[in-house]
Amino acid sequence: MGKFTVLAGVLLGSALLSSTAMAQTELSLWYHGAGNEVEAKIIGQIVSDFNASQSDWAVKLESFPQAAYNDSVVAGALAGNLPDILDVDGPVMPNWAWSGYLQPLTIDEAKIADFLPGTKGIWDGKLYSIGLWDAAVAMVTRKSTLEELGLRTPTVDAPWTKDEFMAALDAAKASGKFEFAFDPGMAWTGEWYPYAFSPFLQSFGGDIIDRTSYTTAEGVLNGDAALEFGAWWQSLFTEGYSPLAQDPADRDSGFANGKYAFSWNGNWAALGALTAFDDAIFLPAPDFGNGPKIGAASWQFGVSAKSEHPEGASAFIAFALQDKYLTAFSDGIGLIPPTPASAAASINYKAGGPMEAFYELSAKQALLRPATPGYVVAAKVFEKALADIANGADVGETLDAAVDEIDADIEKNGNYGF
Amino acid sequence: MASKFTRSNRTGWMMAGPAAALMAIFVVLPFLFAIGLSFTNQRLISPNPTQFVGLSNYEQLLGVGVLTLAPETDTTGAVLRDADGKPSYPSVRSFTRNNDQYPQYDGMREWFSFGLGDNQVYVLGRDIVFLKALVNTVIFVLVVAPVQGGLALGLALLINQRLRGINLFRAIYFMPVVVSIVVVSLLWRFIYDGNSGLLNNLLGAISLGTIPRIDWLGNPGTALGAIIAMSVWQAVGFHMVIWLSGLQTISPTLYEAAAIEGASPWQTFRYVTWPGLRNTAVLVLIVITMQAFSLFSQIDVMTGGGPLDSTQTIVFQAVERGYGKQDISGGSTISVVLFVIVLSISLIQRWLTREKK
Repeated sequence: MGKFTVLAGVLLGSALLSSTAMAQTELSLWYHGAGNEVEAKIIGQIVSDFNASQSDWAVKLESFPQAAYNDSVVAGALAGNLPDILDVDGPVMPNWAWSGYLQPLTIDEAKIADFLPGTKGIWDGKLYSIGLWDAAVAMVTRKSTLEELGLRTPTVDAPWTKDEFMAALDAAKASGKFEFAFDPGMAWTGEWYPYAFSPFLQSFGGDIIDRTSYTTAEGVLNGDAALEFGAWWQSLFTEGYSPLAQDPADRDSGFANGKYAFSWNGNWAALGALTAFDDAIFLPAPDFGNGPKIGAASWQFGVSAKSEHPEGASAFIAFALQDKYLTAFSDGIGLIPPTPASAAASINYKAGGPMEAFYELSAKQALLRPATPGYVVAAKVFEKALADIANGADVGETLDAAVDEIDADIEKNGNYGF
Repeated sequence: MASKFTRSNRTGWMMAGPAAALMAIFVVLPFLFAIGLSFTNQRLISPNPTQFVGLSNYEQLLGVGVLTLAPETDTTGAVLRDADGKPSYPSVRSFTRNNDQYPQYDGMREWFSFGLGDNQVYVLGRDIVFLKALVNTVIFVLVVAPVQGGLALGLALLINQRLRGINLFRAIYFMPVVVSIVVVSLLWRFIYDGNSGLLNNLLGAISLGTIPRIDWLGNPGTALGAIIAMSVWQAVGFHMVIWLSGLQTISPTLYEAAAIEGASPWQTFRYVTWPGLRNTAVLVLIVITMQAFSLFSQIDVMTGGGPLDSTQTIVFQAVERGYGKQDISGGSTISVVLFVIVLSISLIQRWLTREKK
């Protein structure tokens, strides 16, 4: 039986890969991008290039749909069944590292020196994961809209202040041309809320977790800055600036259909906006008093703790960090290339390219979500708090309850090692 | 003392064996685990060792307190009133957060409150979301059990006739049952859509636009009702079939006798059909109640417990905590509480519907 399985595996492997597969040690790789053809093609290309480039390792790719990926990894880990290499969403990485799913990467620091900070998954002072791309969020609008409303075009160095932003929303609302002035993307529940909206809170001066200790949310998620943020957030919906219950279809095409004057959206949606309007532009986040902020970190590669061949796994990740692959991902699915060289070579992010703005935003405004194993729970609590506040719940009480829940979770977990 | 179960019954056990073993492994064992885990601080994933924590999970889940607040008064002792003449009260938060004088209320939140004279009585809960889920689930059961059971009986009576094409109607009424509940929930999400949903368009057309568009699932006042209506529609066909099987066990001779005696349709139903459906009724009631208590998929697909916790349910919270928030002990505790509730209700139902000798 065992011999037969090995034989079948080798036969299958050699049929699929190349004739050199016989001598190679197999490394398994889990990836979250099943269902996306372009993405699958690029990652498949990297795998076959790597397998052909040396004779020690043969990487075998297994793809999962993104919605089921995290659950699969957790289930795999509980069953003691993790692959050698796995990809991990940036903010989730500390949770997996702390839980013992991941081991630190052994990649030459010099190789990633010029990578965007959001692509480096560092926890507890060690590099656990590295991304082949980053993602960024911007205020999508049209040049003509700004001109018609008589608004100053904000820049990364001089972003809109809170008052300017609210004046812009008022102007858009008063113009009567839009169904809603501002589309924050309420239809995208889940990680979008903490990813896209916690930077607003941080710009107000609050945060999801106190980053000085990482053991409490008291004072940062329910302090004065957070209360001010909560009141502002609620006012978006009570004053009619933003749609509370949004149809997912409106999220995808509402801006292109002219329903919204400003849309808070990621670089992955930028091509759509540019197709709809030639003069679509991507403005930096407003400064609510504590500097303009956007979220950072996307999917990254790491090595599982159980891997018997971490050197092979690291070799694959290092191999994937070549500029040509970084550029391929960017050109293929619109992601932000993590290095200046790969950005310069890309279609969308090169100097003068249509999405160049995002690279600068990513480099200058990006703030990582709190790097703590407790983030996974805190993010869910934060999402619910924002949804409740938007629906009219009392701001102070909701944020207090969120703090209590986050603190209780941190305590239950022995401070997550802090 | 050899019982019926052990005596010369090898064939029986061999036949029951595979199913019984599967039940034991996948139903009984996990359930025993859940009871055990609810007394610990077990996490889904954690490098920390599991510790025994006694009843603290239950205290955290079910802890309630009552706080009676006197209205605020000015220096002369007169009650301060707002423009509507309502007295104002100190905020509950000032008692439940960082207040050393009231440690018993620490971390609690307001569940609901009512006026008692000039005083306001606040019922506080340690886990408001769970308490809301509990209330929502009970409302769901109280509405769904009679409505779904009654509608199913009505449908069963309608289709229990010898008419041309009656099988077509049977199939149509049964169709929602065989479609996955996830698919049904997605479809109903579109039906309930606040802008261009079928229901809103229908109401608009019927009323010539006088009924305003309602975001059925996005409004705390309508979300639970919308889910109740959709759930009743989805499962009514299943119970219709059970009623139908009950109807068809009633001997036609009884109906003939009733007809000869000159019984009216109502009398026939009341004195022939209904007594004949007694056991079926007990089964339908218990099954609907148990299914209704496990309300999950519709919530997960359609509302995620929102808006403002108006559609939180017990099972949704159990999954959300156990898996979403990685708190297996919390999820287990909820499951055990649910088990106790369903068990006691089933026992009460059995006692109420017992055969009176």
